[in-house]
Amino acid sequence: MSVNEESIQSTSHRRTWRDVDLRAVAPFAALALLLIVGAIVNPNFIGLNNLANVATRCAFIAIIAVGATFVISAGDLDLSVGSMVAFVASLMILFMNSGVIADPTLMLTAAVVFAVAAGAACGLANGLITTVGRIEPFIATLGTMGIYRGLTTWLSQGGAITLREPEIQELYRPAYFGSILGVPVPIAIILAVTAVAAFILYRTRYGRHVVAVGSNSDVARYSGIAVNRVRTIAFVIQGLCVAVAVLLYVPRLGSTSATTGILWELQAITAVVVGGTALKGGAGRVWGTICGAFILELVGNIMLLSNFISEYLIGAMQGAIIIIAMLVQRSLVRKS
Amino acid sequence: MNPEMVGTGSVVLEARRISKSFSGVQVLFSVNFELRAGEIHALMGENGAGKSTLVKILSGFEQPSSGEILLGGKPVMLPPNGAAEALGIVIIHQEFNLAEHLTVAESLFLGREVTRFGVLDRKYMRAETRRVLDLLGCRVDANALISSLSIAEKQMVEIAKAISRDARVVFMDEPTAVLSREETNFLFRQVRKLRDQGTSFVFVSHKLDEVIELTDRVTVLRDGQWVKTSPTAILDGESIAQLMVGREMSSLYPAKTEPDVDEEIVLRVDSLSTDYVKDASFEVRKGEILGFSGMIGSGRTELMEAVAGLRSRLSGDVTIRGEAVPSGDVHAANRRGLAYMTKDRKAKGLLLNSGMTANLTLQSLDQHTRLGYLDPTSEAAALEKARRRFDIRVRDGDVVARRMSGGNQQKLLLAKVMETEPEIIIIDEPTRGIDVGTKQQIYHFISALARDGRSIIVVSSEMPEVIGLCTRVAVMREGRIVGMLEGDEISEQEIMRYAAGLKRMAAA
Repeated sequence: MSVNEESIQSTSHRRTWRDVDLRAVAPFAALALLLIVGAIVNPNFIGLNNLANVATRCAFIAIIAVGATFVISAGDLDLSVGSMVAFVASLMILFMNSGVIADPTLMLTAAVVFAVAAGAACGLANGLITTVGRIEPFIATLGTMGIYRGLTTWLSQGGAITLREPEIQELYRPAYFGSILGVPVPIAIILAVTAVAAFILYRTRYGRHVVAVGSNSDVARYSGIAVNRVRTIAFVIQGLCVAVAVLLYVPRLGSTSATTGILWELQAITAVVVGGTALKGGAGRVWGTICGAFILELVGNIMLLSNFISEYLIGAMQGAIIIIAMLVQRSLVRKS
Repeated sequence: MNPEMVGTGSVVLEARRISKSFSGVQVLFSVNFELRAGEIHALMGENGAGKSTLVKILSGFEQPSSGEILLGGKPVMLPPNGAAEALGIVIIHQEFNLAEHLTVAESLFLGREVTRFGVLDRKYMRAETRRVLDLLGCRVDANALISSLSIAEKQMVEIAKAISRDARVVFMDEPTAVLSREETNFLFRQVRKLRDQGTSFVFVSHKLDEVIELTDRVTVLRDGQWVKTSPTAILDGESIAQLMVGREMSSLYPAKTEPDVDEEIVLRVDSLSTDYVKDASFEVRKGEILGFSGMIGSGRTELMEAVAGLRSRLSGDVTIRGEAVPSGDVHAANRRGLAYMTKDRKAKGLLLNSGMTANLTLQSLDQHTRLGYLDPTSEAAALEKARRRFDIRVRDGDVVARRMSGGNQQKLLLAKVMETEPEIIIIDEPTRGIDVGTKQQIYHFISALARDGRSIIVVSSEMPEVIGLCTRVAVMREGRIVGMLEGDEISEQEIMRYAAGLKRMAAA
């Protein structure tokens, strides 16, 4: 009997190794492959400038996707992030345009706090509708996706909302275009957000609860975890990440419109899935998510630099990537 | 019925030396069973005696590992997944197989709709449904939606479905579990009527009185073996109960230590009711092991989940050391030192895709948190300690729970619950699906916890377990605590009498 058990354990050991490692490694392997392909397609591609550019451009999606990693790990889904970006950004610009505070520095500080609060509130709304309202997250956030988008269109009266104060513009510009110790600010912020998120997900009680809820909410409930609170907080974290993305987005263009952030939810969810997080919850990989966001942007970049695929097909390509990523994920699971 | 008539009918369905194993565990040992035309045959046995497996084999849902099945005297291989209905063998499940949004007529003809020129012949199907329902004396409208029917009426529709398929053999698994007395009487009248027309019934039930009232013959199984087949008329409830139990107690269990009568009462439950549990009251002393016995579905788990705050109560009070515990609040119960260990370790106890550490500390992460940071060293130390204390044997410390043996999973679950350092531990089915060696270990853990001054409630469907471990045993039946046994009263026969409704304690 004990001999039998031993042999079972030893074979399962090998399987476990394959199961865990392949899924964590896969996105990084894909990234390496893409870099090689890119270098073959166009020698300029592999240059530090180009890659830094790509990383900077993927900042919005990467940061939003970090939040999506929490929501998805907890077994939920947030489709409203693209609309939420447009809505929060519009609110922030309108706030700065309102001129309630004269001093530009103070005004900007207040606007930042305001945007963060707005993002958190949007996330909280999603969370409460899903948990207290007991509505499938897919439907709940499909609804708020329409609501946030509609409110943006209404605020902008169908046109654009533009930051008017030149002083604030000047003050705010470096938040996207500047650099810290030679690292572009957006990249620094991606790294900071990811580090904090990884810490929360892997090293805190809350992170453990998120994974437990996503993995099996009954087990979580029987273990005395307040399941609905955990899920709601994940939506709030998503809202906060959207707010951080907005803080980077506004200085870049200084304006928003009804079409801001369209299909960003697709890209964010794709980044999460490509990064190895299971869409059915229970396994979050924050660094994989960043890798996924970078892969998405790289594919677009390679298409631009190469001559044989039209860059107008980028959207189709991203759609294909999420399907391929799901297939790869499933085949890796099946092997175990 | 008339005893002379029994035995004259020809044998419709016969099982010869049927054995069945599930992944190496044998659950049926060379069982013989015969069903005659026009008889109602009771199949009796304790939980786990093999009744359901035998029913599944005789209706084609499982194939026997060895042995043969004869239908009308000829050996047959019954087709799987309900296709045996075509041979006239119908099983009426405990949970009905009726789609709520169909009408009665549609349900009756589901999967074999009658058409004329490719169009559904609704008129014919309705008329035929009416005919069958009238045959049963059932007044349900053929056009009524299933969702609008009472449970008894749904049962009737299931039976009508069986008749409309010209069933020769009907299996009924606990058909009266959800019926009131009047509904049961009505059902029995219809069953007798059909029996007199030549249909055979196999009646699986735990209710001894109903078996005696309704059936012609009884077959008793025990631990997967055939014990006896006999005309019901020459048996009484006592003798059937005797046949169902009656096995030796083994030395699996540690010596019992009874708590002092004046020992502090740590848990008091006062007339607790939920949707199913009615008016349950009991108390537990420090260092006591209290058992909860009863049939599956008697409400033990519901009661315990309500006590642990996992389920809200409709009324009643739970007090721990004199402090009231609010309804439906797991945290409050946990904080006061009460922990519940689920019987469903795979679906509700462990994160199967996580490792041992994540599982062990899930309920007690506070102990490993420093300034909001989970300390891996502290968690590793807890795992090391738990592995030694509960003898969790795995070669690889990183193994995910899914790949551990059932016994090790159960020990891990017990360790997880004990991490919260509870004073009162409710253990639901402590040894379900684990081997006998691990069972013995778990019994000793439980006994040691009690000697430590902790109070333990053991909920178990295995009677020897309750008898071997507990100094007091509560018996539940249909959502109520019907008996509270102490000392020498604790025996399988006595528990069975309460559990089957032959005996009931005076209202306390």
